[in-house]
Amino acid sequence: MVEVKLENLKKHFENGKVKAVDNLDLTIKDGEFLVLLGPSGCGKTTTLRMIAGLEEPTGGKILFGERDVTYLPPKDRNISMVFQSYAVWPHMKVYDNVAFPLKIKKYPENEIKERVKWVAELLQIEELLDRYPAQLSGGQRQRVAVARAIVVEPDVLLMDEPLSNLDAKLRVAMRAEIKKLQTKLKVTTVYVTHDQVEAMTMGDRIAVMKSGHLLQVGPPTEVYLKPKSVFVGTFIGSPEMNLIDVSVKETDDGIALEGEGFVIVLPSDLGELLRDYINKTVIFGIRPEHMTVEGVSTLEHVKRSTTIEGVVDFIEALGTDTIIHTKVGSSIIKIKLPGHILLPIGQKIRIVVDLDNIHIFEKSSKNAII
Amino acid sequence: MAKKVSKYVPYLLVAPALIYLGIFIGYPMIEGIKLVFYENGGFSLATIHRAVNNYYFWPALKNTLGLAIIILPTQLILALILALAMNKVFKGRNIALTLLIIPMTLSDIAAGLIWYSMLSPSGFMNKFLLNLGLIHSPIQLFGYQFHTREFLTLVFVELWRSTVTIFVIVLAGLQMISQEYIEAAEVFGAGYWTRLRHILIPLLKPSIQTALLLRTIYAFSIFGIVMVLVGRDIPVLAGEAYRQVTEIRDYGVGAVYALLIAIMSLAIGAIYLRLTKAEYLEVKR
Amino acid sequence: MNEKTMYELKKIGFYTLIFIVVVWMGLPLIVSILYAFGTPEDYYAPDKVIPLHFTFETVKMLLFTLGGWEALKNSIIVATLAIVISFTLGLPAGYSIARFIFPGKDTIKLGMLALKIFPVPIMAVPLIMLYIRLHLLDTRLGVALAHSAGSLPLVVLITASIFAGTSAELEEAGMVFGLTRFQSFLRITLPLALPGLAAAAMFTFVGSWNEVFAASVLTFKHRTLPALMLTLMETAPDYYKFAAAFIMAFPAIVYVAVARKYLISMWGIAIK
Repeated sequence: MVEVKLENLKKHFENGKVKAVDNLDLTIKDGEFLVLLGPSGCGKTTTLRMIAGLEEPTGGKILFGERDVTYLPPKDRNISMVFQSYAVWPHMKVYDNVAFPLKIKKYPENEIKERVKWVAELLQIEELLDRYPAQLSGGQRQRVAVARAIVVEPDVLLMDEPLSNLDAKLRVAMRAEIKKLQTKLKVTTVYVTHDQVEAMTMGDRIAVMKSGHLLQVGPPTEVYLKPKSVFVGTFIGSPEMNLIDVSVKETDDGIALEGEGFVIVLPSDLGELLRDYINKTVIFGIRPEHMTVEGVSTLEHVKRSTTIEGVVDFIEALGTDTIIHTKVGSSIIKIKLPGHILLPIGQKIRIVVDLDNIHIFEKSSKNAII
Repeated sequence: MAKKVSKYVPYLLVAPALIYLGIFIGYPMIEGIKLVFYENGGFSLATIHRAVNNYYFWPALKNTLGLAIIILPTQLILALILALAMNKVFKGRNIALTLLIIPMTLSDIAAGLIWYSMLSPSGFMNKFLLNLGLIHSPIQLFGYQFHTREFLTLVFVELWRSTVTIFVIVLAGLQMISQEYIEAAEVFGAGYWTRLRHILIPLLKPSIQTALLLRTIYAFSIFGIVMVLVGRDIPVLAGEAYRQVTEIRDYGVGAVYALLIAIMSLAIGAIYLRLTKAEYLEVKR
Repeated sequence: MNEKTMYELKKIGFYTLIFIVVVWMGLPLIVSILYAFGTPEDYYAPDKVIPLHFTFETVKMLLFTLGGWEALKNSIIVATLAIVISFTLGLPAGYSIARFIFPGKDTIKLGMLALKIFPVPIMAVPLIMLYIRLHLLDTRLGVALAHSAGSLPLVVLITASIFAGTSAELEEAGMVFGLTRFQSFLRITLPLALPGLAAAAMFTFVGSWNEVFAASVLTFKHRTLPALMLTLMETAPDYYKFAAAFIMAFPAIVYVAVARKYLISMWGIAIK
């Protein structure tokens, strides 16, 4: 139960030519479930392995509470890990697999039995204890891996995409179970995944990484509603956030966004933020669910809005929602509406835009202005 | 028409090979048994008598077994150490691997002769030590009177030659073990020796068994290296079979020795298979 | 600080081990090559640790006067024959095991595995009786047949695993587009399997080249290289031994230097 602090963590290869992880500063609070989210190659697994001690950092520090563990071997860090392929030893029975960490730490025999029993109940693998891993399904093996990881009550629990090898249904079920388990045990957990749904549903905080850098860290709602960069905005949320290039213009009604085929006049407080960008191009972002079609559906809890015109291009009926692909100018905007909506292709519609949920990003740096 | 052909096709394809093996392995087996148990047209144990009472027989048997018992465990440990060392990537690893493989491509006669250049009275080692002043006269390793020395020399050279066979198999097995198994052990607190004992070696068991089985059987028919280094000073079973056939022309006795080697090999094979069933590999879902 | 020095010590120990192994493996090879070409005088001279004068005489004697060259040719012929025979028989069998499912398949596979570890050369002793009747004694064909019996199980298993590795779908695609199964095999599977098959062939060659027992027992005049060396070395003076070693080892060393990567992958296949 410790706080994990990463200070200026670096992992470089080939004399600095390849920077797998660069200048990473992150504090994981005691008992927190932190998700490291990012596409493959972003450095999240490398970071996890450095926390585990399986990789040596090129620079920076790793602290567990007050302890500097940067160069300590894994076995001295009091950690546990669930590997992507579970790494359940095939030549040992399930019982022995789960008991292994305890045996290494020289727990007395009867205590080992008790703990294994306790953890087996938690993970519902009591009947499997006497079997060999080859006799288990993927999902069962995964539970064994998790059981083994928590049986010893580590200071830090690390998980490397533990659900990615499971089928969809099992994944959803295990997500809930792991989160419940962690909440119960209150162990500091670092969870690596590339699946943004996992991140959103499980994390107390999400740390988004790209190309070795930490882009943003915060609770799921914050990362979702206030992305600090285009990458974060588009990586999280499905369907993806709509992005359109617009110019900032000063008009008689105020500062406005001029795009191809539409003009959005901004309320003064938002407009002011863009004063330095007048006559420059910026990226306008809006999530599909923050728009609606006038006359067809309404947006709830909307304080300020405006409308733009578009033409229906394509309808995606998902059952619970409908995605309307709309042509605005030469861009296609996706609008997500609840329920089953049918609109004829080619129909002219008026799109209502929630002005309190728009995002503006700098064209060059892709960082958020609003 | 096509259907009829295709039913027999698999058998047709395998048949020639099977027939061939039947002729060249099965037939000699039968022929061998005939040679051993039949003399002058009738069942007789006389051949076996001659074979067993031969002056060289018991020493040959003892030597063959003795060599095997000393060489095999030593080889195994050596090969394991080598495989563990070679598993890491390091500078010059490829050169080292290439060198290590060379003994596998040599005939055992060639291997013996190569080492003779090192160990003979005028060989490299003797001259080297002489010129360094560490010894005053060449150390004689060969010669009828130096039985123990000859035996140990054989052990040494055979180790040089055939440890690689085990090494290669164990290395292949080692590389097939997923790194994650080791890392998991590391994470959960196991130090190097613990990891070795509890994870690596159990997972290597199949490879070790295969290698050991192969080597044990070949150890029983050890021949060329003995002939070339020490001749008949250290009799071995295969060597005696050779002599009986080529010099003494007693095919019967030769067959006895040959069959004895074959039976010993089969017996060891069967025992191995019994003893070494790894439970975790046998279970099915 | 203690951690770092431990680490450095381990590194030094490790490289020392590697160094010792490399020397242990390599030195005898270098020494024997030097001695093979060293003059007899230098060999017997106690002060010359390595010969300083070199000559081709010993090797030439061995090759041309003592029958080495003949034996070398015999070895090549026998080994090539062994490849031809074991491949002709083994390839179809391997293909059959890889592609078809039929009763008895597993028994055959198991049998091949069992034979793989069987000391086949020993069977040369009773084989003599058969050879006498068939007039195969002291012939190169005879030795080749015996060697093929030894390498056939291995060839079957290796070719089976190679063909199992090449997708049946590729062949089937060929058949869909108009080829018969055999043509499909020739034009699609075989080229893909070639590298593995080449490796298996080399394996068979080396096995036959080095085989001593059967070759010695089954021949008198038409000896292969190892068989000849066996008899010669009983009476030859020391320096001939090294020349003999060189002649026998040279092809092997060249082969290893050239086919290094192949060997390692091939052993991988063979082990399975």
